Amino acid sequence: MTVGATTFKQLHLQGVRREFDAFTALKGLDLTIERGEFIALLGPSGCGKTTALNCIAGLLPVSGGRIMLDDRRVDVLRPEERGFGMVFQNYALFPHMTVRKNIGFGLRMRGVPKPELEKRVDAALAAVRLESQAEKLPGQLSGGQQQRVAIARAIVVEPPLVLMDEPLSNLDAKLRLEMRQEIRRIHQSLGSTTIYVTHDQEEALSLADRIVVLRDGAIRQVGTPAELYALPAHLDVADFMGFRNRVNGELVGMEGEDALLNIEGTVIRGRMRAASASKAAVAAIRPDDLEPTGTDSGIPVRVEAVEYRGRGFHGVGVTASGTELHFASPYPLQRGAAVRLGADAGRVLVFGDAR
Amino acid sequence: MSAVLEGRAEGPTLRQRLAARGIDGATLLVLPCVALILGLFIYPFLYGLMLSFEPKDGSLFGNYARFFGDPFLYGTIFKTLRLAFPVTLLNLLIAIPIAFRVRLMRRQRLLTTLLVLPITLGTVLVAEGMLFYFGPQGWFNRALMAAGLLSTPISVLNGYWGVFISLVLTGFPFTFLLTLSYVTGIDPSLENAAATLGAGPAARFREVFLPLLIPGLAITFCLSFVQAYSVLPSAVLVGDPAGATRVISIAAYQAAFEEYDYSMASAIAMIMGAVQLLVVVAVLGCRSLFYRGPAAGAKG
Ligand SMILES: Nc1ncnc2c1ncn2[C@@H]1O[C@H](COP(=O)(O)OP(=O)(O)OP(=O)(O)O)[C@@H](O)[C@H]1O
Ligand SMILES: [Mg+2]
Repeated sequence: MTVGATTFKQLHLQGVRREFDAFTALKGLDLTIERGEFIALLGPSGCGKTTALNCIAGLLPVSGGRIMLDDRRVDVLRPEERGFGMVFQNYALFPHMTVRKNIGFGLRMRGVPKPELEKRVDAALAAVRLESQAEKLPGQLSGGQQQRVAIARAIVVEPPLVLMDEPLSNLDAKLRLEMRQEIRRIHQSLGSTTIYVTHDQEEALSLADRIVVLRDGAIRQVGTPAELYALPAHLDVADFMGFRNRVNGELVGMEGEDALLNIEGTVIRGRMRAASASKAAVAAIRPDDLEPTGTDSGIPVRVEAVEYRGRGFHGVGVTASGTELHFASPYPLQRGAAVRLGADAGRVLVFGDAR
Repeated sequence: MSAVLEGRAEGPTLRQRLAARGIDGATLLVLPCVALILGLFIYPFLYGLMLSFEPKDGSLFGNYARFFGDPFLYGTIFKTLRLAFPVTLLNLLIAIPIAFRVRLMRRQRLLTTLLVLPITLGTVLVAEGMLFYFGPQGWFNRALMAAGLLSTPISVLNGYWGVFISLVLTGFPFTFLLTLSYVTGIDPSLENAAATLGAGPAARFREVFLPLLIPGLAITFCLSFVQAYSVLPSAVLVGDPAGATRVISIAAYQAAFEEYDYSMASAIAMIMGAVQLLVVVAVLGCRSLFYRGPAAGAKG
């Protein structure tokens, strides 16, 4: 009955747009997703992640563009005809049904016979570790438990495409890690395709085959976790990938692949990521890659705060012009001490003003 | 250490213990309400109840015996039910699909205002309007005759259907607005969730909306029913107050202001109240068979 229930090779988004009155929430998304891929949709709050999922699931009509499964057009179908599974950001559990009934709902709608239904619901309950809560109503569960019911309800029907909207946002660190593995395991055992929305770069890096970074309703970069982690194409993508330090500087030259950037009188080397028309540029560095040099090269800072982080120390320093820099240090430092900070050229990304 | 133990021994303060039982400062706000109910409702009710046991013939249950002995009197109960039940049910059945459509509209306020109008106008004005509209020279008959559907004017008024129509007109806005508020109270993402799980429109209504709506619909039914049950003006103005629409409030009115038998009138009022209570209790009793929690999907 459902078109989506049959398998597909590729899901294409072709210029998918969505407008809310005068506001454009999606500015033409183009993306091809292979069957079996795990895609993480990453982006700041309000960038259109939920809107994109709703358009794919059929809960919001698109204002323009097309959604295709291979060569079949699906954006004209109703959500129940598409048969994509969805985990809602606000869970959307049926408040009048027990956990068991909630999870069995999709199977019941598909006319699965009772014995098989019970068996599959039990398996889903076990997968999200909620066996003991099966007879409760959603209102009697904690936020994290509700979230797991929502996951179980979506995957138990084994949809070919699963859309998850921040499914782990309400869990504690340990359970989150467990559920992350469980989601990955389910994804692989079902051979389904998953689009997974998250704010959390670590989650995206560890789960996804490819990461799509969204910003203001447009795709900024698509790539494997390794690509995005090492070489983000834009400053805001770098921001998302943990490049917490951004320092303004002046381009003073190139040396092979390396750009030479003058930061408050000190010249540092970095990889050029986006060209610059003028001399102004920004260096982006992860705190973990920035360390005291112990020599008289590097950016001079005054230490403001030092925190113990188990494997080492995390410091906050301030440059002469007042820019805050977060850095790692293998040894403790005194507050107020003067140190010089440096990083490998390969770990410093230089973004010109065409960022 | 010892301070902790002392704190334990003292236990919670009186205020905390009261709060645990749901009594706090805000509870005092109920007092004026209680006074009002006592003065305006309980006292007249008890007074009427006493009065109904002091009939003219002196026996304790004389009024009640007379009421249930005289088909002209006890028949009014069924005549009223015959009006109130179908009218309330019809109103509810019309209100639900319209509320489902209106829920998705943007200009809800305009519609709500339009619908509140008949409520504020009241039964009498609506009944008068009907007298003109459905009269022998009214638009209704003239339109039907012009269309060749009728050769002589039919009389809708002065009978069951006149009162029926009038009750539908005046009762519908109330029923509808109440229903609408219950329908819009259901989190739309529940419908979305059901749709992504493969439920078509009919299944979504049956499995998600209806179970969540039933408690609200039961209350709507009760309130609308009580309203229709105490019908008086339209039963007189557009009905047949001596025959088909001799409703129970007419019987009470006649006892009080035509026979000047206040004791009998009180007895009829008590019977009327008891019938209403019976229906309301039955409907609300069925309600407890259904889920009655909040109609939103999540709390997190
Ligand atoms: N019904 C609506 N009417 C008007 N604007 C809307 C509507 N729904 C969403 N928007 C706007 O569209 C933009 C994208 O919203 P969306 O819910 O997709 O964000 P998101 O990326 O999921 O954010 P978050 O991570 O906070 O959930 C937001 O700026 C939001 O204000
Ligand atoms: Mg969202």
